Amino acid sequence: MNPDITFSPGAWLAPSVDWLNANLHGLFALISRFIETVLGGIEGVLLAIPPYGMIALVAVAAFFLVNLRAAILAVVMLGFCLISGFWVASMQTISLVTVAVLISVTVAFPIGVAASRIKRLDAVLSPLLNVMQTVPPWVYLIPAVMVFSLGKVPAILATIIYGIPPMLRLTTLAFNQVPRDLLELGKAMGAPPRAILLKIELPTAMPTLLVGLNQCILLSLAMVVLAGLVGAGGLGAEVTRGLTRMEMGLGLRAGLAIVAVALLLDRLSRGALQGRRSRAAT
Amino acid sequence: MNTASEVAEDVLVECQSVWKIFGKNADTAMRAYKERGLSKKQILQDHGCVVGVSNVSLKVKRGEIYCIMGLSGSGKSTLIRMFNRLIDPTSGQILIKGKDLASLDKAALRETRARHIGMVFQSVALLPHRTVLENAAFGLEVRGISKAERHKVAGQALAKVGLSDWAQRYPDELSGGMQQRVGLARAITSDPEVILMDEPFSALDPLIRRQLQDEFRQLTKSLGKSAVFITHDLEEAIRIGDRIAIMKDGVIIQEGTAEDIVLKPADDYVAEFVAGISRLHLVKAHSIMSPAAAHPYLSPGLLPSAGPQADLDALINLMISSGGDALTVAEGGQVLGVITQQDLLRGVQGAPAAEHAAAQPEHAL
Repeated sequence: MNPDITFSPGAWLAPSVDWLNANLHGLFALISRFIETVLGGIEGVLLAIPPYGMIALVAVAAFFLVNLRAAILAVVMLGFCLISGFWVASMQTISLVTVAVLISVTVAFPIGVAASRIKRLDAVLSPLLNVMQTVPPWVYLIPAVMVFSLGKVPAILATIIYGIPPMLRLTTLAFNQVPRDLLELGKAMGAPPRAILLKIELPTAMPTLLVGLNQCILLSLAMVVLAGLVGAGGLGAEVTRGLTRMEMGLGLRAGLAIVAVALLLDRLSRGALQGRRSRAAT
Repeated sequence: MNTASEVAEDVLVECQSVWKIFGKNADTAMRAYKERGLSKKQILQDHGCVVGVSNVSLKVKRGEIYCIMGLSGSGKSTLIRMFNRLIDPTSGQILIKGKDLASLDKAALRETRARHIGMVFQSVALLPHRTVLENAAFGLEVRGISKAERHKVAGQALAKVGLSDWAQRYPDELSGGMQQRVGLARAITSDPEVILMDEPFSALDPLIRRQLQDEFRQLTKSLGKSAVFITHDLEEAIRIGDRIAIMKDGVIIQEGTAEDIVLKPADDYVAEFVAGISRLHLVKAHSIMSPAAAHPYLSPGLLPSAGPQADLDALINLMISSGGDALTVAEGGQVLGVITQQDLLRGVQGAPAAEHAAAQPEHAL
């Protein structure tokens, strides 16, 4: 039962990670510090505002950017986070997701646009994205922890890797879906390539791009919670604690708080999308 | 504009033996054609290339509406896209106002497209997230013209197509006909000399289409623009065009005025198209009249008279209201010929003038 040929990526992966650790330590330290600074900043702002002020602020923003329903939903969801005793953890989770999504989008958007223009790049990326989306997310945590050790930075990196595929795919799709005649129109009007991108392609692709952003946010949230296992803090840490101590109540409360954060992020990001559509329809 | 430059710029669009061959080996196929004179079928078999447009030469003059009529797959859409270089010709030259399009660099090409060549699409291609006014102003916007200025000009263009009240609406609130008017307004906002119309009215219902055809012709003439108008509908080409080119399999098989094409179709293919066309407004007195000498019993001086450019419709009205059975065709007091009831009926029927003019004297004898 012992085949001669075995697939053992660890045999060459582990030494290469060791090599990276030994030789590129400075670079990793820099990345680490950059992420920690940005994260700390966002977390600091979110926690500096008192909970009631924060809830009011989000509600007002939701009312003006989306509608009254979104505002009520924001109050209820954030209110739940507060009364369940996980305010700080929720804010930590939201800031983790924010940073991860910002970086995912920054990486995925330009590559996605490039893939829609260069078919060969799309052909190369497609199987890679398939693998990235199918591999269980825990697996990403291993090399991230090997390089960056426990904490928030490996959690964010694993989240970014997990959040890139949906954003990238939907960016490519969004740009592929821009009608050919609109591109022809841009050229026939004598528009420079930048104007075609900004005034024709981007606005036309926007609904699909927002779907991609929405997916990216929700998958990132799922991953950030999972990353509680490697010490990412936030709501994931509470779930992990509930699991290790076999405290059903703690785990359930934390779980519901995650649902609340997910609903909040989902409805607000989707509200932005529908807000656009309804404006175009009236 | 002074007369000298008008003469120099008389021809706005000129095509000189233009070819478009689609496929990977287009250049080899082109060379093979030039050196060995391969047929289209051979080019497809030997080189895997499809000939889209084959050896087309034409000239569109200032102020003229030039219709290119052909069925789908005839190469007309490919041809019109070469006039603003959305498609590069495989061989041959396209001159816009005497300048070779192929010689322009990217910036100069954009400039030419923005200033001299407007385009209206079959699918209208309005930007859904912009208001009608913003859509109409798009051409000026990408040229960096200030908002106040471009909205003013676009507003005037919308007024010309009768859509002033709809400026602040979004495209999906407009009917198909109105959307196409916006497309036309967008094209004239940039004030180009030539407007390329790629089957603009094909998707509209017949009543709206007729209305837009008439409006388009009137607007183009009143603004003094030239247009290249693509259509698959010969009736539309006749209504709109000053000159018509009929395209089949990438080749222009006949070019001429509506009357030329209806009265003297170049081959059976054209004749088949022409068969269903009403001649009432196309056939003119001079092409159905017979010489006065052939009718010695008629006294031309006493008959009601019509000009040589009077159409069949007017001639029928004249003959019925006069109660007689013959008319004279006269210009400047000089009698050019006579039209009998027989001539008139032949004209409606569409028999070539020469044929029955020749038959007439024998008949009279």
